[in-house]
Order: sequence, then structure tokens, then C-alpha cells
Amino acid sequence: MSDRHQSASTGAVRLGRRGLLKCMSWAGAGVVWSLGGGVPRMLGPLGTAAAQAASTELTFVQISDSHIGFHLPPNPDPAATLGEAIAKIKAMPQPPAFLVHTGDISHLSKAEQWDQAVEVIKGAGEQVYYIPGEHDVADAGNGAAYLQRFGKDTQGRGWYSFDVGGVHFIALINVFDFQPGFKSAGLAKIGDEQLEWLEKDVAGRSASTPIVVLAHLPLWTIYEPWGWGTADAGRALAYLQRFASVTVLNGHIHQVIQKVEGNVTFHTANSTAFPQPRPGSAPAPGPIKEIPAGMLGKYLGVRTIGFRSGAAAPALTDSVLLG
Amino acid sequence: MRARFPRPRRRELLTGLGAALIAGGALALFAALPGRPGQTAHAAANPAATVDIHNFTFVPGDMTVAAGATVVWKNGDDSPHRIAAVGGGYASPALDSGDSYSHTFAAPGVYRYICSLHPYMRGTITVKPATGS
Repeated sequence: MSDRHQSASTGAVRLGRRGLLKCMSWAGAGVVWSLGGGVPRMLGPLGTAAAQAASTELTFVQISDSHIGFHLPPNPDPAATLGEAIAKIKAMPQPPAFLVHTGDISHLSKAEQWDQAVEVIKGAGEQVYYIPGEHDVADAGNGAAYLQRFGKDTQGRGWYSFDVGGVHFIALINVFDFQPGFKSAGLAKIGDEQLEWLEKDVAGRSASTPIVVLAHLPLWTIYEPWGWGTADAGRALAYLQRFASVTVLNGHIHQVIQKVEGNVTFHTANSTAFPQPRPGSAPAPGPIKEIPAGMLGKYLGVRTIGFRSGAAAPALTDSVLLG
Repeated sequence: MRARFPRPRRRELLTGLGAALIAGGALALFAALPGRPGQTAHAAANPAATVDIHNFTFVPGDMTVAAGATVVWKNGDDSPHRIAAVGGGYASPALDSGDSYSHTFAAPGVYRYICSLHPYMRGTITVKPATGS
């Protein structure tokens, strides 16, 4: 399977030797990955991670793909599993500085689905930075409803950046431009306008500033037949190449996959609603339905990201709801 | 030119179906009555063509209809899909499992569309000039 990933990756992302060798790390549930020098090492089980996270300077949490409004197997009540994720965050020994939600907040871009998601997430008592998934811009107005509700302090079609604790966060929106041409691959685009904004956004910054990129779709091509990639990600990454530490956090594929390329690390996240098949392992990327009763929480999770003083790259902890 | 139809809910579909059956029955009755021919022919002049969505595929992927025809997309998957014309023009809201969307193609041409949620899903509607026009 990794052969396929590597060959699929070359279209969107330049792969160095190290990138090819270290390319795909399938993260098991409930282990800790430390990202030092661009190569992930497994540190140990979750208990150790909690202790480690407590000594970090900046900790935040990523949740993704809550799909409120989904109502079929394996999860008739994704608001309940989102609630479990929020409870897990509330139980953290040190509260995170904020949450990021990397898209597909709703299942069908309906106001009541966003209402319910926001209400449940509010339970964490933290500030939340949202970006849309393609399910959030699926109203007949091509995303107008999302932008009206969540896009107030954003540029263009919802992109923005912010700084916390010396880390520069960039929210890229790659769920709008799905029409690169009927005969080419059905990959999303970041688009010229946003790329120009990104170039300016990072232009004056010191190369030692840690960068965190939030996006919904992966910024490397994981599996093109399912559209799991971003056609013009290479251009965005070129603007970020000079930075010592770039961490890309995305959702969309409802499973944890990680890749390292030089100073850039890519991390797809678990959903809080339902898992999806490994790339290419099923006829279609729909929800995995056949999950033994009571075991769904093993496939859902949240991610903690901690920046330690002196360390350029953050430590990431993926933990599942049913540990 | 292009009519946009609200997404029918299940109950509305059922009600609509019931009404159609009643209307069809009434038409059949009328048609059977002497001096009232032609109404059934009128009812059949604008048939809806259906594209089924199964396993992340439009079936049929390529469809040919006459100008003025209404195409109905029915989502038979357990994932939502959303019909979006390539180059804009029309787009459905997200169709949940079991939902339908219809669009009337007034003018001849070749109309390509994708699912904006899964943009590798593609289809084409070829609209021929209506016969007799």
C-alpha cells in the first residue's frame, strides 16, 4: 500500500529521499508521536504523553469531521460522540489554549447542524478556530451559508491567520474550488487568490517562526481516485519551505496518517463521527459500517498538539475516545 | 431559463406521488371519456429522466434527453452527494440518503456535472432539440 502512496504523492508534493523512506507512518491508536528533526518517533503510551503535555508552553487540541446530521450506521448520533470528545478535552490536566476544528462540522451544511455542533463544542469552554469541510459548503449557495456564519473575520472565501505564543497559524480553505477541469483529476484547489494571500502572509516572518497550517483536505495526495489531495498544494508548500518547522493538520479522511517531508510534517486526523476505509481498500470512501457494538470509540478521536520551549516542532498526541 | 426545484422531502414525495397517481387516474378516466382525448399524451410529453446515485457513481453516467426534459437525481448511497454543474449554472443542496434533486434542461447542449462532495464523480447530460420544435 505504501508504494501507491509514494507514487501518488509525487504529483502534488516534492519528495526527498528522506520523505520517500519515512513517508507513511500509520499511527496506531493511543500512541504518542514526537516530532523532532522532522522524523516522528514513537514515545510511549498515552499516560506518558499527558505528563509531557503538562510541561509544554502552548497546547491546543484538534477535532475534526464531527458530521453533525449524519444518522446512519455506524453512528446514529454523532453529537453524542462529539460530546465524548469534548468531555475528553475537559478532562485534560491542563486546559488547552484553544481548539481547532478542521472541517465537516456539519453533514449537510444546515443551520441546525452547525447550531448543535457549536453548542456541544461550547462545553469545552475554550475558544474555537473553525475551517469548513466540503460538507460545510454544500448548501445550494455554494458555501454562502457557512461564510455568513463562520467567516466574519476571514479573508476571501474564509481563509485567515493568527498568532499564539510565537506560533503562526494559517487556516487554508481547500474545499471550494473542485473544478480544475472536467478531464483532470477531481482534486480540490487552494486557488490563486488564496495562494497570493498566503505568500504575502508569510513574507516578512522569521524562518524560525513555527508554522501550523490548518486545512480540511490533505495537502499531499494520499489517494487521487478518491480525491484525497489538493491539486495546488505544492505551491503553498513552496512558500513555507524556508521555515524550520511546518506542521500541517487536516481532516477529511477520518483516520490518522502521517508523512514527513523535510521540515514539513503532515497529519490527517480521526473524525469524531465515523471512520473511513484505508486509501483504496474499499470500492468507495463512505463510512465504515461494520463496527462491533460498543467499539466505535476505538475509531474516533482527538489530537493534542504541544509546543515545548526550545523545541522547534510540536509533539502530537492522537488519542481515541475509547482508549 | 433554468428552473430550480426545491429538494422534495420524503413526505412531500409521497404526497406528490399520491397526487400524481390520483391525477393519472383522473387523466385516464378523462382519456377514456369520449371527446376528451389528448390529455394523457400531454402528460407523457415531459417525462422525467432519472439518474441514480449508487456506490459513488452516477447511473447512467451519460444521459441524452430532449430539450425541456427534467432530470431527477436520486441519492441511493449512505453518503450525501451534491450535484454541481461544471462551470456553474445550477447546484443542488447536499442530498442526504434517499433525497432527490431535479433540474430542467431547456436548451440543447452538452452539460457536464460533478458531485461537489466527491468531485471524481462525474456525469454528462446531452440535451437534443425537442422533436417537432
